[in-house]
Amino acid sequence: MSLWEYANPAKFMALSARILPYLAIASSCLLLAGLFWGFFLTPADYKQGSTVKIIFLHVPAALMAINAWLMMLVTSLVWLIRRHHVSALAAKAAAPIGITMTLIAIATGAIWGKPMWGTYWAWDPRLTSFMILLVFYFGYLALWEAIEDKDTAADLTSILCIVGSIFALLSRYAVNFWSQGLHQGASLSLDKEQHVDNTFYLPLLVCIVGMVLLFLTLVLIRTRTEIRSRRLIALRLRGI
Amino acid sequence: MKSLILRDLRLAVRSGGGFALTLSFFLIVVMMVPFGVGANLDLLARIAPGVLWIGALLSCLLSLDRIFQLDWEDGTLEALATSPIPLSGIATAKATAHWIITGLPITIAAIPLGYLLNLETEAYIWLVASLSVGTPALSFIGAFGAAITVGIKRGGLLLSLLVLPLYIPTLMLGAQCVTIGSETPIKLLALVAAISLFCIALIPFACAIALRANLK
Repeated sequence: MSLWEYANPAKFMALSARILPYLAIASSCLLLAGLFWGFFLTPADYKQGSTVKIIFLHVPAALMAINAWLMMLVTSLVWLIRRHHVSALAAKAAAPIGITMTLIAIATGAIWGKPMWGTYWAWDPRLTSFMILLVFYFGYLALWEAIEDKDTAADLTSILCIVGSIFALLSRYAVNFWSQGLHQGASLSLDKEQHVDNTFYLPLLVCIVGMVLLFLTLVLIRTRTEIRSRRLIALRLRGI
Repeated sequence: MKSLILRDLRLAVRSGGGFALTLSFFLIVVMMVPFGVGANLDLLARIAPGVLWIGALLSCLLSLDRIFQLDWEDGTLEALATSPIPLSGIATAKATAHWIITGLPITIAAIPLGYLLNLETEAYIWLVASLSVGTPALSFIGAFGAAITVGIKRGGLLLSLLVLPLYIPTLMLGAQCVTIGSETPIKLLALVAAISLFCIALIPFACAIALRANLK
């Protein structure tokens, strides 16, 4: 019994069908609870007023925007090394969700930025990095769409994802030389003592976990769709 | 490998417009800027580094599809793939040839074009330095993009969409290096050189994987 067993599409379909309902319910409960807690039960910040509450959407979305790419990187590597089709399809399935998360992060950031920084958009390193991430996602998806042969498409997008990751990371640090920051430092971290206050931290944590589960749910659904559409193509080729 | 580079150079020169096309494009892009933003010399001097770098980048982009496309269409690439040189070696040779045809002339042409844009006198040395160490990165990254899109009909637009984001770090550091008033041009120059060396060392392998996937 190992993880690789689920590289078999049939086994993957069976397992994902079994856990999907639980995932969907858990993610929607957590997200609803977290957002409700965040929006209505936390006090307004003394300086930022109620606009601070947008972090309950902004931070989880931004986290998932990056982690979606990370997941694509891992699944691309798995595809290149072990040639499991489910892996390549999962990478393809994650990309549009990553784009959505990036857009949510940019949009909520802009809405928050107008009253706080006095501008919707600034060429700040973090904001710029997200714009760059968005462009990488677009290129990745465009390449998937452009190639007819599915296996070649999987190969090429995988290698693009790996090279793209390196350059996305490079851009992330190159922008520091290019522009001064406006965005505040990390509010959360695993290794530092200083966090945001617990009244904000706990609902934020719930929202983040909810967003992770939501991402997993969506990826599973989309991967299942991809597998089914592959099966349809195969059936059609057989002339049934 | 040397003969492969020479072959590519010869092809570029004899098919006409190897150097000339790229350089004319560079000239036109740079010329368009004063038309667009006005002939204010102070303003031009301020944006000159960025304009020259973006011009270099676009001129480089223009000739990328020629790296593999022609050889792919007439089957030369398949013949090359069966030759004793590994595919990564072929990619290295082709990217090097591309750099000699575009990167090198662009670097030289940037000097008079810098004068057109009223570039500060002290900035010329950094312009030439940053372009000469930065353009190899442009050629190698471009070769990667060309290798990925070689099998796609009319992949030009897609090629730009894939390659331009990869150019961002080089452009940012390179143009910043030329800008007068940045305190540490030498440090930025070293970073640009680092990107170039990194690309020369590793991108050919990515090219090889992409070409192999396309040739399958």
